[in-house]
Amino acid sequence: MLKATVYVTIKQSVLDVQGTAVQGALHSMGFDEVDKVRIGKYLEVELNTDNRAAAEERLKAMCEKLLANTVIEDYRYELSE
Amino acid sequence: MNFAVLVFPGSNCDIDCYKAVEDTVGQPVDYVWHTETDLSKYDCIIIPGGFSYGDYLRCGAIAQFAPVMKALREAAEQGKYILGICNGFQILLESGLLPGAMLRNESLKFRCHAAMLSVVNTDTPFTKEYKQDELINIPIAHGEGNYYCDEAALAELKANNQIVFRYEAGNNPNGSVDDIAGICSKGGNVLGMMPHPERAVSALLGSEDGKRMFTSILSTWREKHGAAAIG
Repeated sequence: MLKATVYVTIKQSVLDVQGTAVQGALHSMGFDEVDKVRIGKYLEVELNTDNRAAAEERLKAMCEKLLANTVIEDYRYELSE
Repeated sequence: MNFAVLVFPGSNCDIDCYKAVEDTVGQPVDYVWHTETDLSKYDCIIIPGGFSYGDYLRCGAIAQFAPVMKALREAAEQGKYILGICNGFQILLESGLLPGAMLRNESLKFRCHAAMLSVVNTDTPFTKEYKQDELINIPIAHGEGNYYCDEAALAELKANNQIVFRYEAGNNPNGSVDDIAGICSKGGNVLGMMPHPERAVSALLGSEDGKRMFTSILSTWREKHGAAAIG
């Protein structure tokens, strides 16, 4: 059994309007040190396999096909036992 | 000419599309459930607005894998007319039938109001009855209609005359690249647009400017198939 944690974020080259709005809110609360906020998605995916190499390959396909839209989003993942 | 209106769990403009076809061109029209696998009897397939599969993950992301989508791809390849409106446009982008992707509206607001569009390309089956650069009044209703593509993709859209509608200059409601409101495939037979022409087919609705989209589809199809002109 492997657990994958997948993070999907808007690409750096694309304006993240939600992140910008949250940044503005933090500034208005006095958290002036906040330079940038980016909002993304966090997914936990449990896989019924112990084969890490195969799991990575499958995860990559899941991200490319469905979990992230690579026109506007980047993704990364972590695998743990 | 046979029309289909696809219905996904969460579609909510399907009835409007069905009625718009009935009211504007009076042609046979069927609702087609997302689990169907055969679209061979239809000449024009409309993907209506709404929130397919609850818009979980991203708008249109899950719908792209519905059983009916394989038949839709085949229909697109065969040159049949495919019209994706609002969520339907998002589904066409997610499925790769049209280039680009949707972002949240720059204002972060759900925008629901009349919008003036400029008809940029009248050389499609959907727009031939409009005049070049004509301004038409078609309502919008979306939270994620901020069309995005990178510069290379935009240059390609322009080079192939794939931009069909732009929001009136200075009145872009969502921040979309180059004021884009609707684009078509290279072949012109697949059109995606955020505004809702099906909600603009009667003076009672505030505008009749959407009518000609449906009459254009029928008259183009009839021209191609040698049938009598629209009567």
